[in-house]
Amino acid sequence: MHLNQSLPPELIRIVISVVVLIGFTFLNVLLLGYAERKISGRIMRRPGPMEVGPQGIFQLLVDGVKLVAKQFIVPSEAGTLFRIAPLLAFMPVGLSFIVIPFSNRLQVRDLDTGLVFMLAVMSLNTFAILVAGWTSNSKYSLFGAIRSVAQSVSYEIPMLLSLLSVVLMANTLSMRGIVLAQSPVWYVVVQPVAFLIYFVAGLAETNRAPFDLPEAESELTAGFHTEYSGMGFSMFFLAEYTNMFFVCSLGVVLFFGGWSGPKLPYMDYTGIIWFFLKVYILLFVMIWIRWTFPRVRFDQLLNFCWMYLIPFSLVNLLLTAVVVKL
Amino acid sequence: MKEYFSLLFTGAKSLLVGMGVTLRQMFKPIVTVQYPRERLDITPNFRGHTELVRDRETGTHRCISCKLCQRDCPSSCITVISEKREGVKGLTLLSYRLDFTKCSLCGICVEVCPTTALGFSGEYELAGFDPDEFRYDLLKELEGRE
Repeated sequence: MHLNQSLPPELIRIVISVVVLIGFTFLNVLLLGYAERKISGRIMRRPGPMEVGPQGIFQLLVDGVKLVAKQFIVPSEAGTLFRIAPLLAFMPVGLSFIVIPFSNRLQVRDLDTGLVFMLAVMSLNTFAILVAGWTSNSKYSLFGAIRSVAQSVSYEIPMLLSLLSVVLMANTLSMRGIVLAQSPVWYVVVQPVAFLIYFVAGLAETNRAPFDLPEAESELTAGFHTEYSGMGFSMFFLAEYTNMFFVCSLGVVLFFGGWSGPKLPYMDYTGIIWFFLKVYILLFVMIWIRWTFPRVRFDQLLNFCWMYLIPFSLVNLLLTAVVVKL
Repeated sequence: MKEYFSLLFTGAKSLLVGMGVTLRQMFKPIVTVQYPRERLDITPNFRGHTELVRDRETGTHRCISCKLCQRDCPSSCITVISEKREGVKGLTLLSYRLDFTKCSLCGICVEVCPTTALGFSGEYELAGFDPDEFRYDLLKELEGRE
């Protein structure tokens, strides 16, 4: 009781949120890493990891221990920011969770500009990649970073334009408000084109196959994180998988009605089940796409963005604006 | 303009077809073998190192120590050692040494053997730390193969 009175409730709330969300970040990476390897295995008709634990479920834990135990090697002429870049990649992870509405009453903060906040924080990842590639003093890293920046900058445009048409319909930038605005029909029904464009741009934003040119193994070894080992590499790995989670949760919030679904007891809290179900279905599609399509060429990548995604999202935005006005 | 949209249409269609293929593969049974725990039966035509064939009737090998295999071996990796014993017809085989580090698995020894005393074994797990591990004595190996 004494503790409760001496501490402001807001502080307790912040501490609990941070602990839960950071814990969830790691759990999510373990889950996704395992799912990625199992699904890729099944698609190639292999069993995937099988050795550590039943069906290999502890494989990612063991990998994590290995990565933590490894030495963090700094190239001899690497810049001073070399050590900071992994942290820079990991930092937005904690921030983006703030505005995600997991359920009606499970949200750290409902900002009025939640969507803008989330997009701004997510695009910081590009900055981390640029710093990592530049300071590594390696040609592979530099080329990976250059590609990543070019790709992110061009794909940010259709992504924002497609989200803008949703915002026009919801008439709010608050994440919770957008979910509540979809109570009769999900926006994926009304705005299928916007969803497709968002999803494709999201794949490119997270550097996932078939848009994984920044990490193209055959040409660039590992792209921007070639020179990183141990925890530095795992930070990028964590950031990459958490960014996948953000892209999918943003997709669920904006197009699939967030936590809405068949009624459950304590719906204000248990809506999180529907939310996670939808997010992980989208993540499965992302993994499925990765193991289906080969990597695109760089000119194809940019052509696709400028010739198809941007005109289509512009037309979509214009039509939405006209319909909303009517 | 027509090309622009037809490219979009065929592209989208081929992407969906591709995803259909991978999804179908995903639910098919696994084809890889979990090797140390599961093993495939090896084909009878498999050529491992040679071994002395056990004769069904006598329960031992059929080698008469004619040394044709030793003479014909292109890699000269066979050494047959035998002696003449009192009261025993023919030569008695003491040791049949096969230096598998030099053997090229040509099978001439098996072909040339007049009593078909030699055959190919199904041994395929061949890894060791010392070349001596691959200098076999096939007679001892036959006795050990009870």
